Order: sequence, then C-alpha cells, then structure tokens
Amino acid sequence: MNTDALKHAFKSSLPVMFGYVPLGMAFGVLFQDLGYGWYFSSLMGVFVFAGAAQFMAVGLLAAHAGLVEVAVSTLVLNSRHMFFGLSLLKRYQSRGLKKLYLIFGLTDETYSLITASHLPTTDDEQNYYFYLTALNHFYWVVGCTLGALLGASVEFDSRGMDFALTALFMVLLIEQWKKIQNPIPFVVALSCSVAALWFFPDKMLLVAIVLSTSILLALKPVVDKNK
Amino acid sequence: MSDNVYLLIVIAVMAVATFATRAFPFVALKGKGDHPLMDYIGRYIPPAVMAILVFYSMKNIDVFTAPFGASEFIALSITAVVHLWKRNSLLSIFSATAFYMIAVQYGLFL
Repeated sequence: MNTDALKHAFKSSLPVMFGYVPLGMAFGVLFQDLGYGWYFSSLMGVFVFAGAAQFMAVGLLAAHAGLVEVAVSTLVLNSRHMFFGLSLLKRYQSRGLKKLYLIFGLTDETYSLITASHLPTTDDEQNYYFYLTALNHFYWVVGCTLGALLGASVEFDSRGMDFALTALFMVLLIEQWKKIQNPIPFVVALSCSVAALWFFPDKMLLVAIVLSTSILLALKPVVDKNK
Repeated sequence: MSDNVYLLIVIAVMAVATFATRAFPFVALKGKGDHPLMDYIGRYIPPAVMAILVFYSMKNIDVFTAPFGASEFIALSITAVVHLWKRNSLLSIFSATAFYMIAVQYGLFL
C-alpha cells in the first residue's frame, strides 16, 4: 500500500464523493420502485458503474425490454467512452487485472481527474490512478445501496449537491487551460458543443466529443504551431 | 424466466456493453501508445472534453426564461473566481456547491 498515492487520490476524489453519493442514491430510490431487492441496486453499481446507463436501465427494466435493446441502448449511450481511452493509452501502464480494472472504472469523472494529473509517470502515478478509480467506484456503490435501502424516506436534503461534479469539471477545465496555454481546443470544443446541442440535442455529448476530436486531429499542424 | 433472473441477465449485458465501450481503444490501438499522434491526443483532447463536460452539465438550463439559470451561472462563476484566486480545487468546488445548494433549497432565484 502506497499511502502518499492513496492520500492524494482521496483528496482529489472528494468532489466526486459529493457528486456520486447523491446521484447514486437518486438511482437507488428509482430502482427500488421496481420492486427488486435493494442488493440488486448495489450489484448494478458494482458491475455496471455507469450513471446515465443505470438511470436508463430503470426505464428499460420497467418496460421489460428485450436483451438486444438493453445491449444496443447501453452501447450507444456509453459510446463516448470509446474516445476516453485514446488519451490514456500512454498513461495506463499497469498490466493484467489492475489495468482491466482501470479500464472498467473509466467514468467521465475518473477520466477528467486522471488526465489532469501532474504526477510524473512513476509507480506512484499508476497507484494513484488505481486508488482514484477504486474510491470513485466505492462512492457510487455506497450511493446506489443507500438509495435503494432507504428509499424515499431519506430525510437529508441533498438537492444541488451534485453541482460538485459540474464544479469539478470547471476546475479541471481551468487546470487544463493553465497546462496547455492554447485556446484552440477550447474554442473547437465549445463550438462543437453548441452545434451538437442545436442539431442533435439527444446525442449532444457523443456528437460534441466525436466532432471535436476529428477537428482537433485535422487541425494538428495549426495547433502545434500555436504552442 | 423469473424476474430476478431477467434482472441478473440485464445487469450482465449492461456490464459487458459498458466495459466494451471503455476497453475499445485499448484493444483497437494495442501497442500504439508510443505513436507520435498519441502525445498530441493525450495533450489536447482532455481540455476539449472538459469544456464539453462543463457545457453538458449546464445544457438543461433555460436561458430564455427567468431566472435564466442564475443559480447555475453564479455557482459556476464562483468556482472559476475562487479557483483563479486560490487555486485550491477543494475550496473552489465546495464554496460553489454550498452556494448552489442554498440557492436551490431556499429558492433564491425563482
């Protein structure tokens, strides 16, 4: 156990805790309305670990959707994740089960924190990735479990707490800005977001990511010159 | 097929499908981590994704009718200002979240 990496991971994961626990609970509350045992909610958090897909699953389960529909909807909803790994091929140097686990736990928030990390590429950094992924996973499972166990009887008013995730993305956006000192990726990303929201409101996230990635690849000579 | 078996199969299918999307680039580009283009992607795609995620988190705000997403925009500004000032991630995130929770729960902007 590497305590420095663990401490560092815990500190960076705190905002995720404030986002994942209430969001997981919101999922658990919806899930227990379906009439299944609470532990199935935990099971889903453990093995699926994808917020938007789990919320979608509540609707699919209620409608007793076919398995092909479940598979296709999940693939489509999570397809943006196919682009996350691209930026991490070099960073993820672990092997075997550890690497499989890092890939399994690659949520939006974990990706955002890992790509912002400044640690030199050492064992410390690989341990940091692992602890960060595991902590985020743990918060999510805790949320899913509590929500399903307590149901709608939860007294604590957590409305607005999940703004922690938006604020986390904002902080990491500023950190990325300080790191690369180049406006082009931000301008491209915002233009693509507006266009995607306008033309494909239901698929905004995926379209914006695919479009920005393609444009940034095409603009490589310009971006490199702007360093 | 009993309900619990159906649910277990759905969970298994979703787990595999989610893992497949996350694993895709690692499998498709196995051994390509040292390609010069990967340095470029690793450097410039994450900033773009961050901008998209911030935009996405704010996309359900109705900017055309009152209160024009006032709580969200003020909370986002607090995040940015506190962060540029102190550069302490936890402080920036928690001050903005605390403000936002108060704004939402007490209906500061309705």
